[in-house]
Amino acid sequence: MATQEHAVRSGVHTMPRPEVVVRGEGSRPRGWLEWLTTTDHKKIGIMYLFATFIFFLLGGVEALLMRLQLGSASSTLIEGETYNGLVSMHGTTMIFLFVVPVLAGFANYLVPLMIGARDMAFPRLNALSFWLLLFGGIAFYASIFFEPPTAGWTSYAPLSDDAFLPGGGIDAWIFLIHLTGLSSIVGGINFIATIHNMRGRGMGWGRMPLFIWAVLIYAYLLVLALPAVAAAATMLLTDRHFGTAFFDTTGGGDPLLWQHLFWFFGHPEVYIMILPAFGMISEILPVFARKPIFGYQAIAASTAAIAFLGMLVWAHHMFATPTATVILAFFMLSSFAIAVPTGIKIFNWLATLWRGNILFKTPLYFAAGFIGTFVIGGISGVMLAIFPVDWFLTDTYFVVAHLHYVLFGGSVFAIFAGLYYWFPKMSGRMLSEGLGKASFWLMFIGFNLTFLIQHSLGLSGMPRRVYDYPQEAGWEGMNLISTIGSFLLGIGVLVTVVNVLISLRSGRRAGNDPWRANTLEWFTQSPPPDNNFDVIPRVRSVEPMKDIRREVERKSREPAGSVAQPVA
Amino acid sequence: MIQRALRAGAPQNRRPLGLAMALAALALLVLAPPAGAGVFTPESGGSPNADDISTLYEITLYIAIVIFVLVEGVLIWSLVRFRFRRGGAEPAQIRGNLPLEIGWTVGAALILVVLTVVTFIYLDDIKDPEVSSPDGLQAAEGVQFASIDQPAPPGGGELEIDVNGQQYLWRFDYPSPDLPADVAPAEGQLFTYHTMVVPIDTTVTLEIRSQDVAHSWWIPELGGKADAIPGHTNETWFKISEPGTYEGQCAELCGANHADMRAEVLALPVDDYEAWVEEQAAEIQEAQQLLAVQRRVRELTEQ
Repeated sequence: MATQEHAVRSGVHTMPRPEVVVRGEGSRPRGWLEWLTTTDHKKIGIMYLFATFIFFLLGGVEALLMRLQLGSASSTLIEGETYNGLVSMHGTTMIFLFVVPVLAGFANYLVPLMIGARDMAFPRLNALSFWLLLFGGIAFYASIFFEPPTAGWTSYAPLSDDAFLPGGGIDAWIFLIHLTGLSSIVGGINFIATIHNMRGRGMGWGRMPLFIWAVLIYAYLLVLALPAVAAAATMLLTDRHFGTAFFDTTGGGDPLLWQHLFWFFGHPEVYIMILPAFGMISEILPVFARKPIFGYQAIAASTAAIAFLGMLVWAHHMFATPTATVILAFFMLSSFAIAVPTGIKIFNWLATLWRGNILFKTPLYFAAGFIGTFVIGGISGVMLAIFPVDWFLTDTYFVVAHLHYVLFGGSVFAIFAGLYYWFPKMSGRMLSEGLGKASFWLMFIGFNLTFLIQHSLGLSGMPRRVYDYPQEAGWEGMNLISTIGSFLLGIGVLVTVVNVLISLRSGRRAGNDPWRANTLEWFTQSPPPDNNFDVIPRVRSVEPMKDIRREVERKSREPAGSVAQPVA
Repeated sequence: MIQRALRAGAPQNRRPLGLAMALAALALLVLAPPAGAGVFTPESGGSPNADDISTLYEITLYIAIVIFVLVEGVLIWSLVRFRFRRGGAEPAQIRGNLPLEIGWTVGAALILVVLTVVTFIYLDDIKDPEVSSPDGLQAAEGVQFASIDQPAPPGGGELEIDVNGQQYLWRFDYPSPDLPADVAPAEGQLFTYHTMVVPIDTTVTLEIRSQDVAHSWWIPELGGKADAIPGHTNETWFKISEPGTYEGQCAELCGANHADMRAEVLALPVDDYEAWVEEQAAEIQEAQQLLAVQRRVRELTEQ
C-alpha cells in the first residue's frame, strides 16, 4: 500500500512495480469453465463482442437473402411470409442483438481500463448482463425452428396480436425484448455506478475520456427508455394470452398506444445506438490527427443534449397516423432541435482533423468514412422530420436508406473503427493494415452502392417491407444495383473476419501503446493483466498518456545528459 | 493530380478555392434541368398537395446539398491537405475556439429556422383540401341530371369517399347517389374494391379506416400517406386534373400479402364519372336483387 501511495504521488512510473492482487481464494477454473464462470470485465467484454458479431453475421445473411429476393421483379425465391420473417429477424437482430450489445461489449472492456479501475462496480451483475443477452438471442433464434416472428422489429399491434399472428414467433420476440432489455438495464446501472464511483485518482468529470461520457449517457438512456418497451411487450403478452385488450379496439384498447409506447423507447434507442459510436470517433480522430480533440466540452455537452432531446421526439415515427397538427409540429421542431448538437459534433470532428498531421491507418479510414456517411443520414433525417414531406417519405425505401446511413454508415462504421483501434489492446496483436483497408473500401463502396439508390426507390414510390414488386413499377434496375452493392458490402465484412482470424494466430505483436494514443487503457500491457494495472497513474489532464509519454521521454533523457529539448 | 493541384494552390488561396467549389456546385444546381421526379424528388403530378410536397422537398434538398457539399468538402480537403508527412511539424495543439463554437451553433439553428418557416408556408396548402374547380362535380349542380329537381351532388362541393383497409384489399364506399328510386341502391351500397373511381377537377376527401390491422393509404402521385388504424378515422384529400389511372399500394406492413395490397385511382371526366355511378349503382342493385331472389329460393327449398 505504501509503495502504491508513493508511486501515485510521484506521478508516472516507467517500470511499474508488480503488485499481488488476490481475487477470491483457491485455484481458478481453467479452459471453457473459466469463460463460463468469469466475472472479469475484459473476458465478459470479449464474450459480448464475439457473441454479437455472430449475431451480426446472422443478421447480415438475412439481409442478403432479402436483397436476393428483391434483385429482380416478381421473383419467386422467397414468399411473403418467409420474407416478413426475414425482415423481422434482420431488424431485431441488428438492433437488439448487435448494435446495442456490441457497444455494451466495447464499454465493458474499455470503461474500467479507461477510467483507471480494476473492474466494473458489480462484476457478477456484469456476468448476468451477458448471459441474459445470450439467452435472449438463443430464445429468439430458436423460433426459426417453429415459426419466426413476422410483424417487423416494431411488432405493431394489432398485427402482432393473437387474432392475426397466433403462432409462437411473436412470443419469441417478446421473450427477446424482456431478456435483452433486462440485460441492458442491469448493464446500464452497472456502467452508471462504475463511472460515477470508480474513476482513478485525478480523473474529474472534465478529464473523463469522451467515450466514457458517451457510455455514461448511453447507460442513462438505457435505464430510462427500456422500461417503456418492457411494459409494452408485457401488455402485448397479456393481450395475446390472458384476454386483456390494451391494443384491441373491440375491448376498448387502442393500437396507437402500442406505437406511442414502442417509439417512446424506440427513438431513444436510436441514440443508444449512436452515442457510444460518437464517443469512439471522438477517441480515434485525435489520435490519428496527432491533435487534441477540438471542443471537448462542446462534444460532451452535445452528447447530453442529444440524449435529452432524444426523449422528446418519438412521435416523428407516427406522422402519418391520425394526430393533431399541433402535435406533429411539436415533434417536427423537437426533431429539428437535435440536428444542432449533432451538427456541433460533426463540426468539432472536422476541426479536429483540420491542420492535423493525419496518419492513414485503418481506424482512421473507418472514422472518416463514418463522418462522410453519417452526414448524409443526418441530412436525410432533417428532411424526414418535416412532417408534410414525411407524409410522402415515411414507410418507403427512403426511410430504409436513411436508417442504414445512420445505423450502418454511422454506428457500424464506428464499431469497425473501434475494432481496428482496440483489437491490439484486447489481443496483443495488430490487425493487417492491407486487409483492413481492403475491407474498408469494399464496405464503403458496397454500402453506398446499396443504400444511396434506395433514396430514389423511396422517392419513386417503393414502400418498405414488400417482398415483391411488379415489373411495370420500374424499380428493377435500382434494386439490382442495391443487391450488387449489398454483396460487395458482405464481402467487405468477411475480409475483416478473415483479418481477425489471421491476426489472432500470427498478427504482429502490438506492445502497450501501438498508436501513441491518449487514454489510460494504453498504459497497461496488451492484453491487460487480470488486475488491469499494477499501478494506476494519477490523471493530470484529459490526455493522460500524452503526459506519461512526455514524462518518460524527459526522464529517459535526463540521466544521459542529453541536450535534446523536451517535446512541446 | 487533384492532390497536387490542391497542394500547389494550398495555404495562401485556400479560401478562394473553397468558395469557388461551393459556387460551382451552386451553379450546377441552378443550371441543371429540373430534377427528375421519382429519382431526385418525390413522385408527384397528380394532385396539388402532391406537387406542394414535392416543392417543399425540393427546397430542403437544395439546402441539404449546400450543407452536404460544404461538410464533405471540408472533410476531404482536410484528409488530403493535412495527411501525414514524414518530418512534418507537430500540429498545433488547438483545443477549441469559443467564437467558432457559438458561430456554428447559431448557424445550424438559423438553417432550421429557415426550414421551419418554409414548412409552415407550404403546410396549409398540403393539409387543407382545395375547393373544387368550376368544371368539377359540384359546379355543374342541377344540370348534371336528367331531372332538374335533383338535389346537389354528394358532399356539397367535395366528394367524400370512405376508404376501408382490410387484409389485403381496399374497399371504397361512395356517397349514395340521388337516383330515381327504382335504380338507387340502399344507403352505403355504392362501393368498389381495389379501383377508386373519381371525377376530375373535383376535390375528393377520404375518410380512412381499417377493420383489422394497421394499413396505410398511399397513391404516390396524389400526395402523402394516411395510416388506417383500427378504431381511428384518418383523413386526406386529392384533386386530380388529368384523367387517368394513379397507382399505389398499402405502405404499412399488414401481413403475409402486404406487398400485394394494391390500389388504383381511376380519374374520369365528370360526365363519364356520372355515367359510371349510374351503371355501378344499377349493377349493384341488380346483383342484390339476384341475391335476394336466391335467398328466398333457398329459404323456400329449405323449409
